[in-house]
Amino acid sequence: MIRDITLGQYYPTDSVLHRLDPRVKLCGTLIYVISLFLFQTFTGYIVATVFLVSMIALSHVPVKFIFRGLKAILFILVFTAVLNTFLTPGRELVSFWKITITIEGVRLAAFMILRLVYLIIGSSLMTLTTTPSNLTDGLEKSLGWLKVFRVPVHEIAMMMSIALTFIPVLLEETDRIIKAQQARGADFESGNIIRRVKSLVPILVPLFISAFRRANDLAIAMESRCYHGGDGRTKMRPLAYGFRDIMAYVVLVLYLAVVIVVGIMF
Amino acid sequence: MSIIVNHVDHIYNPGTVFEKKALNDVTFSVENGEYIGLVGRTGSGKSTLVTHLNGLMKPTGGGIYYDGVDISSDGYDIKALRGKVGLVFQYPEHQLFEEDVFADVCFGPKNLGLKETEIELRAYEALKAVGIKDEQFYVSPFDLSGGEKRRVAIAGVLAMKPEVLVLDEPCAGLDPAGREEILALADHLHSSLNITVIIVSHSMDDLAEHVERILVMNDGMLVMDAPTRVVFGHRAELEAMGLAVPEVTAILSDLKKAGLPVRDDLITIEEARSEILRVFGK
Ligand SMILES: Nc1ncnc2c1ncn2[C@@H]1O[C@H](COP(=O)(O)OP(=O)(O)OP(=O)(O)O)[C@@H](O)[C@H]1O
Ligand SMILES: [Mg+2]
Repeated sequence: MIRDITLGQYYPTDSVLHRLDPRVKLCGTLIYVISLFLFQTFTGYIVATVFLVSMIALSHVPVKFIFRGLKAILFILVFTAVLNTFLTPGRELVSFWKITITIEGVRLAAFMILRLVYLIIGSSLMTLTTTPSNLTDGLEKSLGWLKVFRVPVHEIAMMMSIALTFIPVLLEETDRIIKAQQARGADFESGNIIRRVKSLVPILVPLFISAFRRANDLAIAMESRCYHGGDGRTKMRPLAYGFRDIMAYVVLVLYLAVVIVVGIMF
Repeated sequence: MSIIVNHVDHIYNPGTVFEKKALNDVTFSVENGEYIGLVGRTGSGKSTLVTHLNGLMKPTGGGIYYDGVDISSDGYDIKALRGKVGLVFQYPEHQLFEEDVFADVCFGPKNLGLKETEIELRAYEALKAVGIKDEQFYVSPFDLSGGEKRRVAIAGVLAMKPEVLVLDEPCAGLDPAGREEILALADHLHSSLNITVIIVSHSMDDLAEHVERILVMNDGMLVMDAPTRVVFGHRAELEAMGLAVPEVTAILSDLKKAGLPVRDDLITIEEARSEILRVFGK
């Protein structure tokens, strides 16, 4: 169902990852994502897998919950795999009719899938262990230097935080609207593609209306509490690094070293 | 028409920290032509329960039988069931989407696969039944007032000619006049069109003068199921669950406690008035 989308969702429990400073997690996720794109070899993916599995173990988030997020991108995964398998030129593996499957194609498809899956899991691990407000605090602080170039860092962070907190709200709303239209006999599963797309109208129109209504209410609520942007705004809990965070950075540097070594040697 | 809810459980998000047992061993049955109120404080599982009645949600334990047939059995025509058990959600006006009122009301019957003329006839009758004027048929549903929108949304379900109509918090967010209108509409559907009506609410005052039987939910469990007057005789239990008895019943029972020899099992203002006058010998 629509509730399976775990994008941006927070999983409340207690773990080392939950307690880390959001800046560490942001930095770690960034390094991890970059490393995924640097790896071209099998050994590289072993390193990435080991790192990811240990992070999942540390996070105390149920594995089932983490993998649920993948369902939403299943289509993209299959699509990428098919395209890569059939359209990559190279040495022939099997061939029938006009279609040739190459060794390079299979290899590329496998890597692409691993990359996408790890990318999604890696980044959802960050949002699962970090509350939206913490995440945006971290983002605002780590990107603070961009203010020099007149980038509206605070505003961007605020927008992101609002977007993140509204994802579950809107998903819930979508779920409710779908149910309400189903109660009126709406059918989203049968018929050809045109009919199915058309059947989305009764969901999308109320959803947009409700999103605009919520946005409007929120804007009024913020203004009536004198929100005027980031200047002079103080924090209830300012971010500060602790010993744990330093250790985490050390782990990250080690990971980076391994990535570089593996990249050069294998 | 009959509905049997047999030992139904519903657990949201089983196996995660979000796990929540919203229904716990709920059993009751609904006979043709009944007029029922379902009450309970917020979060007690009322909405969860009513979304089971038309098969939108599946029980995680127990079963629901419509006319004696298990609705989760293989091959059960769930779409036909949705036509028979009309469910009007909380804030139903949020589900309006068509360009005009009439088209929106046609959505339900159209999904039942009826003929064009039948669809339009049903939409017309439904809009008439909820008291929407002819000149409002072709305006955008978004230009109506809150109470009118809600009546249009109810018409959207009525147009499917359900045998049972379930209204989830039909009075939420309306002013007293709007509330009375909706409740009068429910009375009318029940008495004139012979529809079985179930109203979900947490206001006892809204229900007292209308429904014949009340089901009380508390924390996922069905804790009372009795005729309206009997339920309101249990003031202490209801208050312990965060509910109240109708104001007139509360006043009478306070008067009794203060020493006046009044009956305290009355629920309408009219009854209370004549009882108080009787005690004062007028
Ligand atoms: N989709 C869902 N996922 C998880 N938990 C849910 C979901 N829907 C409801 N719940 C939980 O189940 C319980 C019962 O909810 P329900 O909506 O049935 O209550 P209700 O009696 O209708 O309340 P209200 O009077 O506020 O409408 C609540 O504790 C709620 O938090
Ligand atoms: Mg409810």
